This record gives sequence, structure tokens and C-alpha cells, in this order.
Amino acid sequence: MSEAMHAGREPGAFAEWRRRSTWVDHVLLAIRAGVAVLLLTGLAGGLTAGTYSLADFVSFAVFGLTMGSLYALIALGYTMVYGILRMINFAHGDVMMVGSFAGLFAAGGLNDLGLLRAAPLLALPLVLAAGMAAGAAVSLGIERVAYRPFLHVRSLAPLICAIGLSFVLQYTARGLFGTRNRAYPGFGWMEGTLDLFGLPVPIPQLVAFGAALVVLAGLLAVVRLSPLGKAMRAVAEDRDAAALVGIDVGRVIVATFAIGGAMAGVAGVLYAVVFKQITVFMGFSLGIKGFAAAILGGIGNLGGALLGGLVLGVAEALGPALVLEGFHIPAPYQLKDVIGYGMLVMILIFRPQGLLGERLASKRA
Amino acid sequence: MSFEVVTSSFRVSRRRGVPLVETLRIGGLAGLAAAAFALIGAYVAMDKRHVIENSLTLSQIAFALIAIAAGQVAGRAGEGGRTRPPLATALFHGGLAGLAGGAVVAALLLLLASFNLRTTLVAASPMLAKALSFGAPIASPQALAQLAALGAACGFVGGLVAALPAPVRRAVTGGFWAVLVAGLFRDVFVSIFDNLPALPGLEGMVFGSGGIEPGGAVVLFALVSGLVLAKDRLAGARKAAGGGAASKWRVGLLLAGLCVLPLVTDDFVAQVAMLVALYMLMGMGLNIELGLAGLVDLGFVAFFAVGAYTVALLCSSGPLAVADVSFWVALPVAVVLAAGAGMLFGLPVLRVRGDYLAMATLALGEIIRLLVLSDALAPYLGGSQGIIEIDPPSLFGLSLKSPASLYYLALALAGVVAFISWRLQHARIGRAWLAMREDEDVAQALGIDPVASKLLAYTIGAAFAGAAGAVFAALIGSVYPHSFQLLVSINVLAILVIGGLGSLPGVLVGAIVLIGLPELLREFGEFRYLFYGIALVAMMHKRADGLWPASRVGGDADA
Repeated sequence: MSEAMHAGREPGAFAEWRRRSTWVDHVLLAIRAGVAVLLLTGLAGGLTAGTYSLADFVSFAVFGLTMGSLYALIALGYTMVYGILRMINFAHGDVMMVGSFAGLFAAGGLNDLGLLRAAPLLALPLVLAAGMAAGAAVSLGIERVAYRPFLHVRSLAPLICAIGLSFVLQYTARGLFGTRNRAYPGFGWMEGTLDLFGLPVPIPQLVAFGAALVVLAGLLAVVRLSPLGKAMRAVAEDRDAAALVGIDVGRVIVATFAIGGAMAGVAGVLYAVVFKQITVFMGFSLGIKGFAAAILGGIGNLGGALLGGLVLGVAEALGPALVLEGFHIPAPYQLKDVIGYGMLVMILIFRPQGLLGERLASKRA
Repeated sequence: MSFEVVTSSFRVSRRRGVPLVETLRIGGLAGLAAAAFALIGAYVAMDKRHVIENSLTLSQIAFALIAIAAGQVAGRAGEGGRTRPPLATALFHGGLAGLAGGAVVAALLLLLASFNLRTTLVAASPMLAKALSFGAPIASPQALAQLAALGAACGFVGGLVAALPAPVRRAVTGGFWAVLVAGLFRDVFVSIFDNLPALPGLEGMVFGSGGIEPGGAVVLFALVSGLVLAKDRLAGARKAAGGGAASKWRVGLLLAGLCVLPLVTDDFVAQVAMLVALYMLMGMGLNIELGLAGLVDLGFVAFFAVGAYTVALLCSSGPLAVADVSFWVALPVAVVLAAGAGMLFGLPVLRVRGDYLAMATLALGEIIRLLVLSDALAPYLGGSQGIIEIDPPSLFGLSLKSPASLYYLALALAGVVAFISWRLQHARIGRAWLAMREDEDVAQALGIDPVASKLLAYTIGAAFAGAAGAVFAALIGSVYPHSFQLLVSINVLAILVIGGLGSLPGVLVGAIVLIGLPELLREFGEFRYLFYGIALVAMMHKRADGLWPASRVGGDADA
């Protein structure tokens, strides 16, 4: 497909493309062109409309980066599991929700002790640890129930089991914790705003962004440097060959799920730091966004997850103001999710290997 | 692709430890399950429903079932997993497992009474503590001992069941299920009795105001157990003759039941039956996509929405209507538009495979819902206010307003659709779909155009969903965006999985189990999706072919 775009430059190549392409290719090309035209008109309209100042756009972008770092954390779970099993963990978004609730209870306990207000820098890692532990535990349960029994069969069973588990998690949480929003207690000085180059930036966003980057760096270090990381990369490369050289594939899979779940737990807690409120149903759309980020960056690629998350977050934050405003659409922020989902669909169709490209993706998807 | 290769990747194997430890583990797990059941609020909710008049509630039965199941598993495991362990071992291990489970629940009760957990767990209420104490003073030693003893007794029963000879066990479980069904769906049976003139007085003897009378329960239990035993004997004798016609008989019986159902019951049951028929329509649509062609579509609800909104716009007498034509004109338009939407979506999406397709379609479905809900399209589609005042369809001057008449409309459509899918399934294209489901690359090598045949599956499936949406709009008389959530797609997916992928009678069974039963048990609606989730997982583990598996089309018998 991508060759087709610049094939027109040389004579002969275009004729060759015409000969080899089917009507489906033509329709797809038309869709591409249509999307591009729509985007450019919207962009032109949005830029000339002048509804928002530059300062607005910068603050949108900062918010986008914060959301993007959360998406990246969720995306890691998808990407790592996909890299090893070539399967999507459909219940991953709900792992994040569970982590968020575990963090809520930890934060509540620390708040009663007064630690949350007095020493937020000490309290936040503790809350994060609670979220990570819960996320890892739930993720291990998912692996045990939905993936391990079907490791040697190629079927829809893991996907359907994971869909079922997603519902079990959501509705168990609903029964246990109720449907109303739960409010996180405040983290002392990590409230309010900070003046950054003359722009007010909410501190929670900076904290979340910073914490996400620290955790991501830690994970990358583990995967690049530790023996476990080496084993994980080997299994992702070729499961059977890895087994032949003495790597315990089962243990690596378990470790992958645990790490992915822990990352989702971190995302859940940081989400609550930014938004203050959580519900039992928040995992669904965030999970899809995380998946979109993983695909966008190139699934199976850890650096790609970070890039994809940031790009998706910024696109979602700027899109309504930049593009949708250009069409004079009323209440463009209602359609924020449409941008994220739309990007997901577009990438899946036109560039399933993602921005950074990943050889693995071409194998199955 | 290394999925089928088993080199040294580990295998699932159950390590069995010391029998006693294993038994305690099973009991503990059962206790935790029971505690979870209580803490999500299910216990208190189901405690209000009497299955056996004034004596046994649904939640008590659920607890007993958990303990009995634990006893049965433990009774077997105690003998190293033999199917029929000796009585004494089974009883001992079963009782022990039940005792352990009861102890866990007793610990929960103690916890409930000593701490205030309500800020964290909304269901940990004094009501729960009271219900778990079974009439004894709340969390008194007496109440705790009672729980453990009840657990042990139920576990004992479970052990006994494990030790029974197979035919007797089948008879006992058959009788038990019959009583449970009769007690749970008392309203349906009472309405049937009310409509049958031949049996006056019987209703009062069997059913109370909320469940089945104890006397009636005993009689029913004995009757059904006897029947099952007799049937077992007969089947044993007939086995040599072979029984291929049984399946046809079952289909016929089910269909006949479906046809007369609204005539012998009340409007509420007819309404539920109507929903079942609607989901059958959608289920058969998704069956083409998922069951035959193997395309996981989680955005199926979008086509349902297209059908519903088309009928709404064409048949409404409200302000948003673009025309005011009869339902019979709007229905084909809705079907064609839905099929068109399916084709439009399918073209780009179908190059994506497997899990990716699930995510892409899910995102598409959500996009459609968000667009319909948005203020941007509100002037045309009504936004969250939806479109109201849709005229009911009329036939020969008769307005089809009652649930029963709409049920027959949906049933007739479902029949047509079933016929079409049956024909398609056995045609060339059906075999192409099956080949593609099994292995796309091989199918392509055999000369099947994957994109074209997938697209056809997608389009036809979308058309069926559009028909369902059209009937839905006519039934409700109004359409709102919140009727088209992802949950609808998941419902349909679950119907297929539970009923059996690729099996037409399976769709019927799945729709009855997943749509009909929960609708009749409306008061437990909040646990409905939890039940779905558990059912999906359990089916994949225990019976991946579904309740009514598809016969192998294109196999020896059919080719």
C-alpha cells in the first residue's frame, strides 16, 4: 500500500500498480485521500478560526502529554503480552481500574495517618506500590484463567475468556465498591498550579508525567539489562527456540503479565492523581486508548508504546480545538474519544506495523 | 507460527498433593467464592427471592450449591480423582471441605460484625451480617457454629452425591434443577396455568405467592427424578438402535414451544420472548460473521443502530422524521442501509486479522455511538433525546401494538433469516467461509478470494442486524443512543459462544439462556453481566463447542 503512494513518480511503476491493485485498493486509497482532505481542511479552519490563543494550545498539549504518558503505561501491558503471546489481553484496561482502586484504599489509609499531606513524596510511591501489587496480582489471575490453559491451541478461546474476565472484573468491582465516583484524597503540595514560562500548569499533571517517565525508564532498564529482560526478548523472538536453550517459557510469560499488570496499576494511580475521581467502569475506554497507543507505536515495541502514547495523547488533546473546531462543530470536546478511536481504526487499516514499525506485527495481523 | 508446536513450553498439569491438604484447599476456595458472592451484594439481593415458599431463598440455595459442589469435588479428589470413590472416603472429604468453606464464611461474618467495612465495601452491611446469622443473634458463637455446621452438612451431601452411581446422580440432579427452575420462574408457570382451563386448583397447590410450595417441590422432585431414571433405562436399551433423530425432535419441540408461548402466558413473558427473538435475529447475523467466517466483530451494534435509526426516521411522526411511511416500506430500506454500512465498514477493516479485527470493529461501533450521541448530529438524529413517536407497524389494517403480535413479527423475520443462513451455510460460499475460518492462507491458496467472501459475510451479517434494529425501533416506539452500547455486541457474542459457534439451534438456545432468563429475573439485573462474564469463561474451559454444538458442516455427512 505505501509503495502505491509514491509509485506514481516513475512512469511504468504506476501502470504496474494499476495492473496489480484491485478495486479494494482503490477504495482504500480513496479513503486515505478523503481522510487527508478532511484533516487538512479542519486544520486550516481551526488555525484561522482563532478561538484559542497560543497559551491555550500549549496547556492542551501539556495535558495531552500527561494523558499520553498514562496511555503509554497501559500500552506497555498490551505490547509486552503481544510480543510474547501474539495475543491481546482484552481485560487489561480493567487491570488498571483494579490498580486504581487498590491505590485509593492505600491512599485512604495513608491519609488517616496524615502522611499523605505531610510527605507526599514518600506517600506517592507507597500508593503506587499498592496499585502495582494489585495490578500484577489481577494480571496473573488473568494469565492463569484465560491464557495458560490455551497456550498450545490456536483459537478464539483466550480472546473470549479475556472478554469474559473483563466483565467479571468490572461487575465484581461494581458489586464490591458501588457505582458512584470515588474521590482520591489530596496529595499535600501536589495540588494547585505552577507557573511554567508564564503558563499555569497543574502540578498533578507534572507529577503524573514525571512519575510515568521514571517508571518507564525503570522498566526499559529491566528489559534491556536484566537476565529476565533478556529471556523475555528471547521468548518474544522465538518461543520454541528460547525453550530449547533452556529458558523457562512459562515463567517468562508469567513475569510478562505481572510486569504489564504492575504498569497498568501505576497508570491507574496516576490517572487518579490527575483526575481525582475514579469509577469502576473507567478501565474500558482507557484500555482501548492504551491499545491504540500500543498499535500506533508498533505493537511489540516498548519504545513505540511510549511514542504512541504521547502522540495519541497530544492528538486527542489538540484535535478537538485544532481540527473539529475548523468545521464549526458544536461542543467538539464531546468527540474527543472519536479522535482516539478513529486513529486506532486508521492505523489498523493503513499501517498495522505502527509508527516505528515492528517486524513481529506482520506475522499475524 | 509456533502455536501448535509443543516443544518444551510447559504443559498444564494438575499436581495433586496430599489428599487432606487438597480437600482443605478446595473447601477454602469454595468459602472464598461464597464470601465474594456475599460481598458483591448478591446474597442480600437474592435473599428476597423465595424459591421454596417460606423456607428456602435463592441465596441460601446458592450457598448450599457452592458447598455441595465443593464436597463433590473434594469427595472425588480424596480418592485421587476416581470417578466413583468409596462412600466413606467421599463423605469424609466432602464434609471436611464443606466445614472449611463454612469456616471461611463464619470468619467473614465475624469480620463484618467487628469492623465497619462499609466505607470500602458497599455491600458489607448489617443486613448481610443479619442474613448470614440465619436467625441466631448476629455473629454470636451460635451463629458461627451454625455456619460451619451447615457448610459441613452440605459438603457431606456433596460427598454423598460424588459416591452415588451415575444414573442415580443424574436423576437427583435432574430433580433438583426441575424444582429450582419451577421455583425461580414461578410467574411464568402460574401465567401458563391461568391460561389453561383444564387444570383449576392445581396452581394453588403447587405454587405459593413467591415460589413453589414445599409439598409441590417434593412431588416435582420425585416425578422428575423418576422420569430421568426411567429415561436412562430406556436409553440404555435403545442405544444399540442408535438415536440420530433426537436432535431433530428437540429442534421441533423448541420451535413448537416458541410458537405457542405468548398465547399461553401473559404480556410480560411475551415481551421477553420478543427480546429473545430480536437477539436471535442479531445472533444469526453475527453467526455468519463469527460462527462461519471467523470474524470477531465487536462493533456489531452499529448495524443494529443503523436499522433502528432508519426506521425511526422513516416511520416517526415526531419532528425529526424525514418521511412518514409504513413500517413495511421502511424495513427493506433499513436492511439495505445496514448492509451498505456493513460493506462500507467491512472494506477497510477486513484486511485486519484476528484480535486486531475485534479492536477495530469495537472502535468503529463506539465511534458510531459517540457520533449519534453528539451535539453535532443532534439536529438530525436527536442526540441523547433520541427519536420518539415511531408508529407501530400495521398488517391488513391491524396495528401490531401488543407484545405478542410484535413477537410473531420478530419470530417470522427470524424464521426467514434462519432459512437464509441455513441455505448460505450449505452453499458454496458457506464452505468458503468455513475454510477461511479454519485457515485463511490455505483457503486463499485453494482459490477463495478472502476479501470478497469476508466482505459478503460482513454485509449479510450487517443486513440481519439491521432487520433486528428495525423491529427494535418498532417495538420500543423510540430510539435512544444509549440502546446501542457495546454491551449489545457483547450480548450477541455471548449468545453465540454459549449456544455454540456456527450452530443455528445454538443461537436459539443461547438467546433463551442469556436474554430470556435474565429478563425474567429482572431484580438481579446488576449481576447479569457478571454472570455473562463467568459463563463465557466457564464455557471456554468446559464446553468450548457451546450448549448445542454445530454439526460438522462439510464433513462426511454433508459433503
